[in-house]
Amino acid sequence: MCLAIPGRIIELDKKKQIATVDYGSGTKRKANVSLVQVKIGDYVLVHAGFAIQVLDEKEAQETLTLFKEMLSQEEG
Amino acid sequence: MFTLRDRKLADDILSQITNANVHLKFMHVCGTHQDTLIKHGLDVLLQKCGIEIGQGPGCPVCVTTPKEIEEILLLAKHGKTIATFGDMTRVPGVTSSLQQMKTEGCDVRTVYSIEDALILAEKHKEKEVVFMAVGFETTAPTTASVLLQDPPLNFSVLCCHRLIPPALQAILQMGEIKIDGFIEPGHVSTIIGTKPYEFISKEYQVPQVIAGFEPLDLLMGVWMLVRQIQHGKTEVENEYVRAVKPQGNRKAQQILKQAFEPVTVKWRGFPMIPRSGLRLRKKYESYDARKKYEDELRKLAKEEFADPMGCLCGEVLRGLISSKQCPLFGRECTPENPVGPCMVSNEGNCHIQYRYMKK
Repeated sequence: MCLAIPGRIIELDKKKQIATVDYGSGTKRKANVSLVQVKIGDYVLVHAGFAIQVLDEKEAQETLTLFKEMLSQEEG
Repeated sequence: MFTLRDRKLADDILSQITNANVHLKFMHVCGTHQDTLIKHGLDVLLQKCGIEIGQGPGCPVCVTTPKEIEEILLLAKHGKTIATFGDMTRVPGVTSSLQQMKTEGCDVRTVYSIEDALILAEKHKEKEVVFMAVGFETTAPTTASVLLQDPPLNFSVLCCHRLIPPALQAILQMGEIKIDGFIEPGHVSTIIGTKPYEFISKEYQVPQVIAGFEPLDLLMGVWMLVRQIQHGKTEVENEYVRAVKPQGNRKAQQILKQAFEPVTVKWRGFPMIPRSGLRLRKKYESYDARKKYEDELRKLAKEEFADPMGCLCGEVLRGLISSKQCPLFGRECTPENPVGPCMVSNEGNCHIQYRYMKK
């Protein structure tokens, strides 16, 4: 139920609050964006047809590095 | 970018947990976490490191009460068009299931989103469309958003939404099992942020970590709980920083608050939990199926419904037993022929255990 899939906004109709989200591998679907503030190019988490949060690309790229740092700090 | 895989890092995390030399019991409250744990065998790996981790009441379909199922069945019987998520249609009630009623001629539609139910109501003004709204804080804002858009008057909502933090408190207050820490659901937390969990750590001295859904997210979440315990801390930490902001999604929170107010409700397997459910605010009561069809539903008002005979979903949802300890598991109760909701839902503990056991 709480499954949410990340995808990238490639089209946005701000008036209708509808975006086209590209999930990769050719999968594209419309999503309601009334719960978030977004622009084209943003990565969003989509749950039950609604974008529920904007994903932080920088944080995502740095996650593994951050984990490694945390582990090494604890070891040290 | 959002898929985290690194075998060596997983080994390092597990090795540090092993070196901590602890024996701890953690609970999570999310079917997607359970799926990651079982699918990747993390439950077994963690057990070897002294960590037992199990699912609590983290499946919205599973915690929906037998009475709520009877309500929707009765509305279907009275000729309403019922729209809900797929899993919900298969949950057996006392008298029938939505799927069964569909075969008997009732109008039951499976939808992917509440918007599909809304479109149905807009296209078919002659139908009375009732959306059975289940789900936690992740899903409730989607219902709220539709209510705020002035839907047509032939559309209504049977609200069965529930809130996670009050259920965590109920588990701790009941004191039936020892819980050394909670892994909190990442997607619920994208909406509510970190603050609503804080009182649990303060009042019950239980550490909490909000975690994502990749195997490494969960391992890291467990590692962070172990670290808190080793350092004598009881805090709310956020492992899922790429998706969860400390303040959550304020826009969604605001929409949620506009449409709903908290209400004390029962959860399957639990007694009444204060302020753990949501009710449509007075302004939106023309869309509240319980108000709109009060006459049709009156006969259920004072009735209580028990769980199916022999079904231990309540014990599974309270984390007291594992699915495999239920005598019905895999025998009388299978995904093809489920007795209780935990074997129906893809997020249900029994369904997940069965799914991966068969492979």
